[in-house]
Parts: sequence; structure tokens; C-alpha cells
Amino acid sequence: MSPSGSIVRFENVGLRYGIGPEVLQDISFSLSPGSFHFLVGESGAGKSSLLKLMYLALTPTRGLINLFDHDIATTPRRQMPELRRRVGVVFQEFRLMNHLSTFDNVALPLRIAGIRESDVQKHVIELLAWVGLQDHMDARPPTLSGGQQQRVSIARAVIAHPKLLLADEPTGNVDDAMAYRLMHLFEELNRLGTTIVIATHNQQLVERLGLPCMKLDKGQLSMFDPSGDGRSATALAQMSQSTKKGTAKTETTAKSGIENYL
Amino acid sequence: MFSRRSDLPFDKDDHSRFLPWLIAFMVFLAMLALSGMLVLEATATKWDQGVTGTLSIQIKPGKDEREDKYRQDEVLRFLDTIPEIGHFSPLSGDKMLLLLEPWLGSGLSAEDLPLPLLIDVELKPDAYLDVNVFRKRLAARIPGVEVDDHRVWLERFVNLIRSIEAVATAVLVFIGLATVGTVIFTTRTGLAIHRGAIEVLHLIGARDSYIAGQFAARAGNLGIRGGLIGLGLSLPTLYVIGNMAKKMEENMLPEMSLEPQHWMVIAALPLLVSLIARFTAHITVIRMLHKMS
Repeated sequence: MSPSGSIVRFENVGLRYGIGPEVLQDISFSLSPGSFHFLVGESGAGKSSLLKLMYLALTPTRGLINLFDHDIATTPRRQMPELRRRVGVVFQEFRLMNHLSTFDNVALPLRIAGIRESDVQKHVIELLAWVGLQDHMDARPPTLSGGQQQRVSIARAVIAHPKLLLADEPTGNVDDAMAYRLMHLFEELNRLGTTIVIATHNQQLVERLGLPCMKLDKGQLSMFDPSGDGRSATALAQMSQSTKKGTAKTETTAKSGIENYL
Repeated sequence: MFSRRSDLPFDKDDHSRFLPWLIAFMVFLAMLALSGMLVLEATATKWDQGVTGTLSIQIKPGKDEREDKYRQDEVLRFLDTIPEIGHFSPLSGDKMLLLLEPWLGSGLSAEDLPLPLLIDVELKPDAYLDVNVFRKRLAARIPGVEVDDHRVWLERFVNLIRSIEAVATAVLVFIGLATVGTVIFTTRTGLAIHRGAIEVLHLIGARDSYIAGQFAARAGNLGIRGGLIGLGLSLPTLYVIGNMAKKMEENMLPEMSLEPQHWMVIAALPLLVSLIARFTAHITVIRMLHKMS
């Protein structure tokens, strides 16, 4: 845990593109280690911009961002890769390397971190099997469906066990069973200490899981907790019971698989 | 499945398609310049070694053969008294005609021309002879005798060779700079083309050096490919030029050929070009990424 007790801390952060109006205004919040939040809001509310600030793709126009106890404004550029390696990102538009195979895309964070190739292969194969892409390891992203590409993107984001996972509409292109399966992956990661923020339009998912929410409206942030206890420990279990009987066996196997992987 | 390839889609780059051919062309020119330089250097050294420590004594033709013979004997007797001289021998008329054959043609006899008498003199190894003193002593004893230590001719020849070498070196430097410039331009274009992919690599934790390494490996591969093409083109050219020189040198020129160590330098040129390309690309990417951040 970080000395300040938060993984991410924003203080009066504002962001504008060029000379346009501020898309984010006076954003202040902090995320404690191991928390799980949804980030909701209308299209254009600034969800992606907020995530970009969190994964250091943008710098704020004003205010302070503190990530893993590092003030981003004063952190030397050479230290940024170390911070970024602790953050897993699922991009809304996937941003996969189209010339690389599914395997190589998922292996990228491990190779960048200098992990041994034998370990890379073991972990990537396990994770791809878990997200149901074991038969597509050699496929290039353009030959995959939107849902498959999304799963590759998620696998790439979680392969290095990030401390903070930021996902922009991670279940937007998959069916309900796969959405649950992916949420279960996030749940397992969260159970093992990863702080998670998921930006989504899926109101049904938010309501069913009852997790704390960060809501953006016209560039301003508000936070609320539907369950009242910080997070819903039983939400996924309840969701599991409500899924069809036919998928129950798959989920049990999946859970076992991801626990082994993680 | 597990094949390791570049994280950036270089294979689809149109801009780098011609880089190996540009490098091949430059390596080809560099090979010619370098070979010429090495051959001239070796030739100058051979001639310097061959001529240093030798003298030619020329006795101008006198009134008759008897006088010529007397004067030659006098010179030989004098040479015998000089301790620094290791060996001397008069050149026969036939040998002199053989030396003059490239200019005068064959079919002449020694009697047809008023040829001077020549004596080849070799100094003892490491012996020092003051040629000016020697010349004065010999002239005082036998007038009309000239001593040539080849120094004037050799100095002019060596100056000529050094000038050509300087030009060849300048050509090599320009070729090197052109290679560096081409790699810088190609790398900068590549950075612009792959900006999106580079951003993704940065966002998942890649250091600038990791991205620079990708560009450097690509440039190194293209460099070695171009270098080998250039080497392949230059070898037949050098072979043809070598053969032509060999036909000429039999009569007029000293032996002009590349030594084994020269061939090693030539063979290493593609590797050197590849290293230059690699290093240039690496530095360019690091600098550009710092500017872009």
C-alpha cells in the first residue's frame, strides 16, 4: 500500500484541449488500494479523458495528479515507464498491433518488462485459454471479431498483474456470458489487490454489481456507492446464480482457470 | 506462434523499402574508394621500400667503348671502397633495352642507341650513406658520372598517391555522412508513421531505449542487407579492374593488388555500415522521443 493510502489521487484537476472549454473541471478524488469503481456518464462527459489522465496519456491543464505516491508533474520522464507498467489499460478502440499475432499482442507488456521468454509463453497461453482465444493465438487482430479483439485487449492489460486496471468499455462488444466472464476476471484481479476502474455505459451491469461509481456529468465528478459498504462482495456470486444453467459449468471452470493463472 | 518479430509494423513501411538499395549504392562507391586507397597505400609502401637503400649510377657515353669501359671500372673500384655499400652490379645493354622496350619497342640492339652505362647499387641493410657527399667524391674522381637516389621522383610519386588517398578519404567521409543522413531521414519518417503504435508501447511501459532498440534493429538489418548487396556488386567490379591493372603493370606499373588484410577490411564494410545505421537510428529515436515528449 502506498504511504498516503491511495493509489490515485486527483486534486482540483482541470483539462482542456487546446483553447477549447474545460472538458474536466475541478476533479478531486482518491482511489484506495484494492477498490473497484465504475466510471459512468453520458457520451462526451469526459470518461475517456479522465482515464487518459489516469494512465498518463495526457497531462492536466491544472491541478495535481498523484499516482502511486508520485506527483506526475514533478516525476522525471525516465521514471514514467515504471509507473505505467503498474497500470493496465483496456482501450476503448483496443489499440492492438495489427501486424502482431494475438499471442504477441498479449505478450507485449511482459516482453517490455524483460520477462523470460519461457515464462512469457506459459503465462500468455494460460491467459489466452482463459479468455477463450486459445485457438486464435496465431491470428492477427484484423481477422478477429470485435469481441475477440476486446478480449485480446483485456488480456494484454491484465497479463502483467497491474496494480491499477483502467478499462474503457471493456464489455461493450461481447455477449452477456463473456461479459460476465470478463467481469469475473476483473473481480479476481481485484480480489488479489488490483485497483480497478471500469468506464461503462452498461447501466444494467452497474446496477447488478452494485459497486461504487464515479459519475461524470458535464466535466464534473461525483461519487456514489449503491451498496453503501464500499463495494459489493457478493455481487458477482449473485450474478453467477442468475446466469443460465448452461453457462454455470463454464463459469466454474473459468474461475478455476483464472485462479490458477493469477 | 512464438516467433519474435518487431513490435512496430516496419514491414509495411514504403519509406524504408529503398533504404537497402541506397545503402548498397553507397557501399559500392565506398568499396571502390576504399580499395583504391588501400591499393595505392600498398603500392606506395612497396615502391618506397623497393627504392630506399638503392642508388643508380649513370655513366654518360664517352668517345669510344674503351673509355666507357675504363670509366666504369674506375667507378666499380670506387664503389668497392665504400663500406656502406652491400652490392653493386652494372646493367648489361640487353637488360637496359628490355627496360626500354615498353617505350621504344623490340628489335633494337645496344649498338643502335647511345645508351649510358648504368650501375645498380644496393646499400647494406640499415646503413646510412650521405648521398650528397658520396656524389661529390665520385664526381671528383670520375667526372661525368651521375648519382640518382630516386628521391625526387619518389617524393613526387608519393605526393601524388597521398593526394589521391586524401580524395578517396573525403569520398569515404561523404559516403558515411550520406548514409547517416539517409538513416536519420528514414528513422524520422518512421517515427511519424508509427506514432500511434509508439504511443501504445509507451503506455504499456516501454522505455525510449526499448523503442529506439526496435528502430535500431530494423536499421541494422536494412544496413547489413544493403551492405551485402553493395559488396556483391563491388567484388566483380574490383575483379575486372584488377585484371586490367595486372595486364598494364607487367610492363609499366608496379604490382598493384590487395593484400589479405585489405580483403578483410573490405569484407567488414557491410558490418560497419550496419553498425553505423543501427547507432544512428538509436540516437535519432532517443532524441526525437525526448523532443516529442
